[in-house]
Amino acid sequence: MAAYSVNGADIEHDEEGYITDVQQWNRDLAQIIADAEGLEMTQEHWDVVDFLREYYNEYQIAPAVRVLVKAVKKKFGPEKGSNKYLYELFPYGPAKQACKIAGLPKPTGCV
Amino acid sequence: MAEYDFDTEGVKKTITFLNRKAPYGTIYALEVLESVLISAAFEQHANIVFVDDGVFQIKKGHDTADLEMKNFLPTYGIIEMEKEDADEDEDMDMNWRIIVEKESMEARGLTPDDFKVEVEVLSSAELADVLATSDAVIGG
Repeated sequence: MAAYSVNGADIEHDEEGYITDVQQWNRDLAQIIADAEGLEMTQEHWDVVDFLREYYNEYQIAPAVRVLVKAVKKKFGPEKGSNKYLYELFPYGPAKQACKIAGLPKPTGCV
Repeated sequence: MAEYDFDTEGVKKTITFLNRKAPYGTIYALEVLESVLISAAFEQHANIVFVDDGVFQIKKGHDTADLEMKNFLPTYGIIEMEKEDADEDEDMDMNWRIIVEKESMEARGLTPDDFKVEVEVLSSAELADVLATSDAVIGG
C-alpha cells in the first residue's frame, strides 16, 4: 500500500490518497496532502479541517455538508456560511477534499 | 429514462423510524441510522423509535473490538444534536422525537439512564398512536 512520508514516518493511504488510520493524522501530514492537492492552507482551511476532526472524534462519521455549512456560518459569519464559500476553499468539494486533508475516511454519502 | 416532475417545495412528512433489532449482527440498525440522518437534510419531522432488542442500539458501552466492526454508538449522538439544533432554531420547522418503548426497556432491565441519548419513554399503547399518526413508518 502506498504511503505518505511524514517526518521519517510512513502513513499509509488508499489509492485515492485517504489515509487508512485516522489516528495517524497530524498537521504536517495535512500540509503534505494539501500540497499534493495544490492547495494553499489558510487559517480558514485549518478551521474547517479542525471542525471536521472534532466532529469525527465525537460522532465517528464525517458531517453532512449542511452541518458543515452551518458550523462555518457560526464561526466565520453569515456571508461565509454557504456551499459556495466551502467550494472556494476546497475546489474539489468540502466533503472529498477537506476530509482527505483532515485524515477522515472518504465520505460514502452525498448529503 | 422516464422523466419525473417532483414538486417537493415545502413538503413536510412525519416519518417514524422503527428500530427493532440489536445493533450488530445485521445491517438494519446502521442502515436505519443513515436514513434518519438523511431525513435531517430534508428537514422532515421524524420519530426515532427503539423497541424490542432495538433498545440496545442506544445503550451506553458498546464494545465492538471482538466483532471487528466499527462502534457506531457515538453516531447516535448526531440525532440528539440535530434535534436540539432544530428545537433551538426558530426558522427551522423540524420536529424530532427520540422514543423508547417502556415495555421493551423494562423487559431488558434498562432505565433511561442507560441510554447514550436523552429519550422519551412511551408505553406500547402510546407508541401505537405515534405510529398511527405518522405519514410513513420505516422498519429496521
